[in-house]
Amino acid sequence: MKYFFALTLLCSIRASGQKVDLINVDQLYEKLANGKDTIFVINFWATWCVTCVKELSSFEKLSVTHNREKLKVLLVSLDYKSKRTTSVLPFLKRRGIKNEVFLLDEKDQQVFINRIDPSWSGALPATLMVRSKTRKFFENEFTFPELESAYQKIKRS
Amino acid sequence: MKQVLIVILVALSMATNAQTATVTPGNKAPEFELKNVDGKLVSFNSLGAVKGYIIVFTCNTCPVAKAYEQRVIGLNKIYAPLGFPVIAINPNDPSVSPGDSFDKMVTRAKTSGYGFPYLYDEGQKVTNAYGARNTPQIFLVRHTKEGNMVAYTGAIDNDPEDIGSNKVNYLEQAISAVMDGKEPAVATTKAIGCSIRRKSR
Repeated sequence: MKYFFALTLLCSIRASGQKVDLINVDQLYEKLANGKDTIFVINFWATWCVTCVKELSSFEKLSVTHNREKLKVLLVSLDYKSKRTTSVLPFLKRRGIKNEVFLLDEKDQQVFINRIDPSWSGALPATLMVRSKTRKFFENEFTFPELESAYQKIKRS
Repeated sequence: MKQVLIVILVALSMATNAQTATVTPGNKAPEFELKNVDGKLVSFNSLGAVKGYIIVFTCNTCPVAKAYEQRVIGLNKIYAPLGFPVIAINPNDPSVSPGDSFDKMVTRAKTSGYGFPYLYDEGQKVTNAYGARNTPQIFLVRHTKEGNMVAYTGAIDNDPEDIGSNKVNYLEQAISAVMDGKEPAVATTKAIGCSIRRKSR
Protein backbone atom coordinates (compact mmCIF):
# COMPACT_ATOMS: atom_id res chain seq x y z
CA MET A 1 0.00 0.00 0.00
CA LYS A 2 2.78 2.32 1.00
CA TYR A 3 4.54 1.47 -2.24
CA PHE A 4 1.37 2.12 -4.20
CA PHE A 5 1.16 5.64 -2.78
CA ALA A 6 4.79 6.23 -3.46
CA LEU A 7 4.30 5.02 -7.01
CA THR A 8 1.24 7.19 -7.69
CA LEU A 9 3.05 10.17 -6.20
CA LEU A 10 6.05 9.48 -8.40
CA CYS A 11 3.83 9.15 -11.46
CA SER A 12 1.96 12.36 -10.75
CA ILE A 13 5.25 14.20 -10.32
CA ARG A 14 6.45 12.81 -13.61
CA ALA A 15 3.21 13.70 -15.37
CA SER A 16 3.35 17.30 -14.24
CA GLY A 17 7.12 17.33 -14.52
CA GLN A 18 7.16 19.49 -17.62
CA LYS A 19 9.60 22.33 -17.38
CA VAL A 20 10.80 25.07 -19.67
CA ASP A 21 14.49 25.78 -19.48
CA LEU A 22 16.08 28.66 -21.30
CA ILE A 23 18.37 27.77 -24.16
CA ASN A 24 20.47 29.91 -26.47
CA VAL A 25 21.63 28.94 -29.95
CA ASP A 26 25.11 27.93 -28.75
CA GLN A 27 23.63 25.63 -26.14
CA LEU A 28 21.19 24.20 -28.67
CA TYR A 29 23.97 23.43 -31.13
CA GLU A 30 26.07 21.92 -28.36
CA LYS A 31 23.17 19.63 -27.54
CA LEU A 32 22.95 18.55 -31.17
CA ALA A 33 26.69 17.95 -31.37
CA ASN A 34 26.56 15.78 -28.23
CA GLY A 35 23.67 13.78 -29.66
CA LYS A 36 25.98 11.96 -32.09
CA ASP A 37 23.75 9.69 -34.22
CA THR A 38 20.49 10.87 -32.68
CA ILE A 39 18.05 12.49 -35.09
CA PHE A 40 16.86 15.82 -33.70
CA VAL A 41 13.55 17.31 -34.73
CA ILE A 42 13.47 20.86 -33.43
CA ASN A 43 10.20 22.70 -33.72
CA PHE A 44 10.16 26.48 -33.28
CA TRP A 45 6.78 27.58 -31.97
CA ALA A 46 4.96 29.96 -29.65
CA THR A 47 1.83 29.75 -27.54
CA TRP A 48 0.41 32.73 -29.47
CA CYS A 49 0.92 31.06 -32.86
CA VAL A 50 -2.33 29.34 -33.89
CA THR A 51 -0.78 27.09 -36.55
CA CYS A 52 2.06 26.10 -34.20
CA VAL A 53 -0.37 25.05 -31.49
CA LYS A 54 -2.37 23.08 -34.04
CA GLU A 55 0.65 21.02 -35.14
CA LEU A 56 2.10 20.34 -31.65
CA SER A 57 0.11 17.09 -31.39
CA SER A 58 1.89 15.82 -34.52
CA PHE A 59 5.26 16.33 -32.82
CA GLU A 60 3.98 14.52 -29.74
CA LYS A 61 2.77 11.67 -31.94
CA LEU A 62 6.11 11.51 -33.77
CA SER A 63 8.12 10.90 -30.60
CA VAL A 64 5.60 8.37 -29.28
CA THR A 65 5.48 6.50 -32.61
CA HIS A 66 9.27 6.19 -32.74
CA ASN A 67 10.06 5.86 -29.03
CA ARG A 68 12.42 2.97 -29.70
CA GLU A 69 14.45 4.93 -32.22
CA LYS A 70 17.21 7.44 -31.71
CA LEU A 71 14.88 10.39 -32.13
CA LYS A 72 14.73 13.48 -29.98
CA VAL A 73 11.99 16.04 -30.45
CA LEU A 74 12.75 19.46 -28.98
CA LEU A 75 10.10 22.15 -28.83
CA VAL A 76 11.77 25.55 -28.74
CA SER A 77 9.36 28.33 -27.78
CA LEU A 78 9.76 31.83 -29.15
CA ASP A 79 7.45 33.27 -26.52
CA TYR A 80 8.74 36.28 -24.60
CA LYS A 81 10.93 35.35 -21.66
CA SER A 82 8.49 37.09 -19.34
CA LYS A 83 5.83 34.55 -20.35
CA ARG A 84 7.87 31.48 -19.44
CA THR A 85 6.15 30.61 -16.17
CA THR A 86 2.96 32.65 -16.63
CA SER A 87 1.89 31.35 -20.08
CA VAL A 88 4.20 28.71 -21.51
CA LEU A 89 4.38 26.33 -18.55
CA PRO A 90 0.61 26.37 -17.80
CA PHE A 91 -0.05 25.87 -21.51
CA LEU A 92 2.19 22.77 -21.62
CA LYS A 93 0.57 21.29 -18.53
CA ARG A 94 -2.91 21.96 -19.87
CA ARG A 95 -2.05 20.24 -23.14
CA GLY A 96 -0.10 17.43 -21.48
CA ILE A 97 2.94 18.02 -23.68
CA LYS A 98 5.58 15.36 -23.04
CA ASN A 99 8.34 16.42 -25.43
CA GLU A 100 11.22 18.41 -24.04
CA VAL A 101 10.50 22.15 -24.16
CA PHE A 102 12.86 25.10 -24.11
CA LEU A 103 12.42 28.83 -24.44
CA LEU A 104 14.87 30.55 -26.76
CA ASP A 105 17.15 32.85 -24.82
CA GLU A 106 18.29 35.18 -27.57
CA LYS A 107 17.82 38.90 -28.01
CA ASP A 108 18.96 39.86 -31.48
CA GLN A 109 16.58 38.54 -34.13
CA GLN A 110 19.01 39.74 -36.83
CA VAL A 111 21.54 37.23 -35.52
CA PHE A 112 19.72 34.19 -34.18
CA ILE A 113 17.23 33.72 -37.06
CA ASN A 114 20.08 33.35 -39.55
CA ARG A 115 22.03 31.13 -37.17
CA ILE A 116 19.11 28.70 -37.04
CA ASP A 117 18.86 28.86 -40.82
CA PRO A 118 19.74 31.59 -43.34
CA SER A 119 16.62 30.78 -45.35
CA TRP A 120 14.30 31.40 -42.38
CA SER A 121 12.20 34.56 -42.64
CA GLY A 122 11.30 34.35 -38.96
CA ALA A 123 7.78 33.07 -39.64
CA LEU A 124 6.41 30.55 -37.17
CA PRO A 125 6.08 27.62 -37.16
CA ALA A 126 9.44 26.40 -38.42
CA THR A 127 11.19 23.08 -37.97
CA LEU A 128 14.81 22.00 -38.16
CA MET A 129 15.76 18.35 -38.58
CA VAL A 130 19.34 17.37 -37.88
CA ARG A 131 21.14 14.07 -38.26
CA SER A 132 24.85 14.63 -37.59
CA LYS A 133 25.97 16.60 -40.66
CA THR A 134 22.62 16.50 -42.46
CA ARG A 135 20.31 19.45 -41.84
CA LYS A 136 16.89 20.13 -43.25
CA PHE A 137 14.95 23.29 -42.50
CA PHE A 138 11.22 23.72 -43.01
CA GLU A 139 9.39 27.03 -42.88
CA ASN A 140 5.94 25.51 -42.95
CA GLU A 141 3.37 23.74 -40.82
CA PHE A 142 3.11 19.97 -40.79
CA THR A 143 0.29 17.48 -40.76
CA PHE A 144 1.33 14.22 -39.09
CA PRO A 145 1.80 12.31 -42.40
CA GLU A 146 3.95 15.16 -43.74
CA LEU A 147 6.05 15.21 -40.58
CA GLU A 148 6.40 11.43 -40.58
CA SER A 149 7.54 11.42 -44.20
CA ALA A 150 10.07 14.22 -43.56
CA TYR A 151 11.41 12.22 -40.60
CA GLN A 152 11.67 9.04 -42.69
CA LYS A 153 13.55 10.98 -45.34
CA ILE A 154 16.19 12.26 -42.94
CA LYS A 155 16.40 8.80 -41.34
CA ARG A 156 17.28 7.33 -44.72
CA SER A 157 19.72 10.10 -45.61
CA MET B 1 16.10 30.83 -74.20
CA LYS B 2 16.32 32.79 -70.99
CA GLN B 3 12.86 34.21 -71.60
CA VAL B 4 11.42 30.76 -72.20
CA LEU B 5 12.92 29.60 -68.94
CA ILE B 6 11.45 32.57 -67.09
CA VAL B 7 8.02 31.88 -68.57
CA ILE B 8 8.24 28.25 -67.50
CA LEU B 9 9.36 29.22 -64.01
CA VAL B 10 6.57 31.76 -63.64
CA ALA B 11 4.02 29.23 -64.90
CA LEU B 12 5.34 26.63 -62.47
CA SER B 13 5.20 28.95 -59.50
CA MET B 14 1.66 29.98 -60.41
CA ALA B 15 0.55 26.39 -60.89
CA THR B 16 1.75 25.27 -57.47
CA ASN B 17 0.90 28.53 -55.71
CA ALA B 18 4.31 28.04 -54.15
CA GLN B 19 6.02 30.52 -51.92
CA THR B 20 7.85 32.84 -54.23
CA ALA B 21 11.16 34.47 -53.44
CA THR B 22 10.86 37.67 -51.46
CA VAL B 23 11.43 40.82 -53.54
CA THR B 24 14.73 42.24 -52.35
CA PRO B 25 15.82 45.89 -52.07
CA GLY B 26 16.87 47.41 -55.39
CA ASN B 27 14.17 45.59 -57.32
CA LYS B 28 10.89 46.81 -58.73
CA ALA B 29 7.90 46.81 -56.40
CA PRO B 30 5.17 44.75 -58.09
CA GLU B 31 2.13 46.77 -59.16
CA PHE B 32 -1.27 45.93 -57.70
CA GLU B 33 -4.86 47.02 -57.62
CA LEU B 34 -6.74 45.70 -54.60
CA LYS B 35 -10.02 46.33 -52.84
CA ASN B 36 -9.79 48.58 -49.82
CA VAL B 37 -12.00 48.26 -46.75
CA ASP B 38 -14.08 51.18 -48.11
CA GLY B 39 -14.84 49.13 -51.23
CA LYS B 40 -12.67 51.27 -53.55
CA LEU B 41 -9.73 49.93 -55.53
CA VAL B 42 -6.29 51.11 -54.45
CA SER B 43 -3.07 51.09 -56.46
CA PHE B 44 0.19 53.05 -56.29
CA ASN B 45 -1.21 55.65 -58.67
CA SER B 46 -4.49 56.09 -56.84
CA LEU B 47 -2.62 57.64 -53.92
CA GLY B 48 -1.48 60.64 -55.97
CA ALA B 49 1.98 62.18 -56.13
CA VAL B 50 4.08 60.80 -53.30
CA LYS B 51 7.74 60.02 -52.67
CA GLY B 52 7.12 56.41 -51.78
CA TYR B 53 5.02 53.97 -49.84
CA ILE B 54 5.26 51.97 -46.64
CA ILE B 55 3.68 48.66 -47.61
CA VAL B 56 2.94 46.47 -44.62
CA PHE B 57 1.65 42.93 -44.90
CA THR B 58 -0.40 42.64 -41.75
CA CYS B 59 -3.59 41.01 -40.54
CA ASN B 60 -6.34 40.85 -37.95
CA THR B 61 -5.24 37.64 -36.29
CA CYS B 62 -1.47 37.49 -35.71
CA PRO B 63 -0.52 38.60 -32.17
CA VAL B 64 2.73 40.11 -33.44
CA ALA B 65 0.86 42.09 -36.10
CA LYS B 66 -1.62 43.24 -33.47
CA ALA B 67 1.23 44.29 -31.19
CA TYR B 68 2.50 46.51 -34.01
CA GLU B 69 -0.90 47.93 -35.02
CA GLN B 70 -0.61 51.16 -33.06
CA ARG B 71 2.94 51.65 -34.34
CA VAL B 72 1.72 51.28 -37.94
CA ILE B 73 -1.03 53.85 -37.31
CA GLY B 74 1.64 56.13 -35.83
CA LEU B 75 3.95 55.65 -38.81
CA ASN B 76 1.21 56.75 -41.20
CA LYS B 77 0.51 59.86 -39.10
CA ILE B 78 4.17 60.86 -39.24
CA TYR B 79 5.19 59.75 -42.72
CA ALA B 80 2.08 60.20 -44.90
CA PRO B 81 2.42 64.02 -44.67
CA LEU B 82 6.12 63.58 -45.58
CA GLY B 83 5.21 61.66 -48.75
CA PHE B 84 5.36 58.06 -47.48
CA PRO B 85 1.82 56.83 -46.83
CA VAL B 86 1.15 53.41 -45.32
CA ILE B 87 -0.58 50.78 -47.45
CA ALA B 88 -1.63 47.74 -45.42
CA ILE B 89 -2.31 44.47 -47.22
CA ASN B 90 -3.83 41.43 -45.54
CA PRO B 91 -2.03 38.38 -47.00
CA ASN B 92 -4.01 35.62 -45.24
CA ASP B 93 -6.52 33.38 -46.97
CA PRO B 94 -9.80 33.82 -45.06
CA SER B 95 -10.85 30.25 -45.90
CA VAL B 96 -8.12 29.04 -43.50
CA SER B 97 -8.11 32.13 -41.28
CA PRO B 98 -11.75 33.24 -40.89
CA GLY B 99 -10.69 36.15 -38.69
CA ASP B 100 -9.13 37.73 -41.77
CA SER B 101 -12.30 37.90 -43.87
CA PHE B 102 -13.04 41.12 -45.73
CA ASP B 103 -15.89 41.95 -43.33
CA LYS B 104 -13.64 41.46 -40.30
CA MET B 105 -11.01 43.67 -41.95
CA VAL B 106 -13.63 46.40 -42.39
CA THR B 107 -14.52 46.16 -38.70
CA ARG B 108 -10.90 46.21 -37.54
CA ALA B 109 -9.96 49.21 -39.70
CA LYS B 110 -12.97 51.08 -38.35
CA THR B 111 -12.52 50.15 -34.67
CA SER B 112 -8.79 50.84 -34.63
CA GLY B 113 -9.16 53.99 -36.75
CA TYR B 114 -6.81 53.17 -39.60
CA GLY B 115 -6.00 56.35 -41.49
CA PHE B 116 -4.65 54.31 -44.42
CA PRO B 117 -5.85 51.69 -46.93
CA TYR B 118 -6.25 48.15 -45.63
CA LEU B 119 -6.40 45.94 -48.72
CA TYR B 120 -7.89 42.53 -49.30
CA ASP B 121 -5.62 40.34 -51.45
CA GLU B 122 -8.04 37.97 -53.14
CA GLY B 123 -6.23 34.76 -54.16
CA GLN B 124 -3.00 36.00 -52.46
CA LYS B 125 -1.68 37.19 -55.82
CA VAL B 126 0.02 40.34 -54.52
CA THR B 127 1.31 38.48 -51.46
CA ASN B 128 2.96 35.99 -53.81
CA ALA B 129 4.24 38.72 -56.15
CA TYR B 130 6.06 40.29 -53.20
CA GLY B 131 7.01 36.93 -51.74
CA ALA B 132 5.73 38.05 -48.36
CA ARG B 133 6.38 35.35 -45.77
CA ASN B 134 5.02 36.55 -42.45
CA THR B 135 3.04 39.21 -40.67
CA PRO B 136 3.91 41.94 -39.99
CA GLN B 137 6.35 42.43 -42.86
CA ILE B 138 7.40 45.75 -44.36
CA PHE B 139 8.31 46.68 -47.94
CA LEU B 140 9.47 50.28 -48.10
CA VAL B 141 9.00 51.54 -51.66
CA ARG B 142 10.73 54.53 -53.19
CA HIS B 143 9.24 56.38 -56.15
CA THR B 144 11.93 56.95 -58.79
CA LYS B 145 12.14 57.84 -62.49
CA GLU B 146 12.62 54.13 -63.17
CA GLY B 147 9.46 53.29 -61.29
CA ASN B 148 8.59 52.11 -57.79
CA MET B 149 11.60 50.42 -56.28
CA VAL B 150 11.87 48.44 -53.05
CA ALA B 151 14.34 50.15 -50.70
CA TYR B 152 13.93 48.13 -47.52
CA THR B 153 12.23 44.90 -46.41
CA GLY B 154 11.62 43.36 -43.04
CA ALA B 155 10.76 44.52 -39.56
CA ILE B 156 9.51 47.86 -38.22
CA ASP B 157 11.89 47.76 -35.25
CA ASN B 158 13.72 45.27 -33.04
CA ASP B 159 11.30 45.60 -30.15
CA PRO B 160 8.12 43.53 -30.63
CA GLU B 161 7.22 43.88 -26.95
CA ASP B 162 7.52 47.68 -27.26
CA ILE B 163 9.61 47.92 -24.11
CA GLY B 164 11.59 50.85 -25.49
CA SER B 165 15.04 50.22 -24.09
CA ASN B 166 17.61 49.68 -26.84
CA LYS B 167 14.96 50.10 -29.49
CA VAL B 168 16.27 50.33 -33.05
CA ASN B 169 13.76 51.73 -35.52
CA TYR B 170 14.93 49.92 -38.67
CA LEU B 171 12.11 51.26 -40.83
CA GLU B 172 12.40 54.88 -39.71
CA GLN B 173 16.16 54.76 -40.32
CA ALA B 174 15.51 53.39 -43.79
CA ILE B 175 12.92 56.09 -44.54
CA SER B 176 15.26 58.89 -43.48
CA ALA B 177 18.02 57.46 -45.70
CA VAL B 178 15.60 57.34 -48.65
CA MET B 179 14.50 60.92 -47.91
CA ASP B 180 18.15 61.97 -48.05
CA GLY B 181 18.46 60.25 -51.43
CA LYS B 182 20.67 57.52 -49.97
CA GLU B 183 20.46 53.76 -49.68
CA PRO B 184 19.44 52.48 -46.25
CA ALA B 185 22.48 51.23 -44.32
CA VAL B 186 20.39 48.24 -43.25
CA ALA B 187 18.13 47.29 -46.16
CA THR B 188 16.91 43.89 -44.95
CA THR B 189 15.95 42.69 -41.51
CA LYS B 190 14.17 39.64 -40.15
CA ALA B 191 11.70 39.19 -37.35
CA ILE B 192 9.74 36.44 -35.66
CA GLY B 193 6.18 36.65 -36.94
CA CYS B 194 3.21 34.58 -38.04
CA SER B 195 3.52 32.62 -41.23
CA ILE B 196 1.05 33.61 -43.90
CA ARG B 197 -2.06 31.46 -43.82
CA ARG B 198 -2.48 29.56 -47.08
CA LYS B 199 -4.80 26.88 -48.35
CA SER B 200 -3.25 23.48 -47.72
CA ARG B 201 -0.47 22.66 -50.11
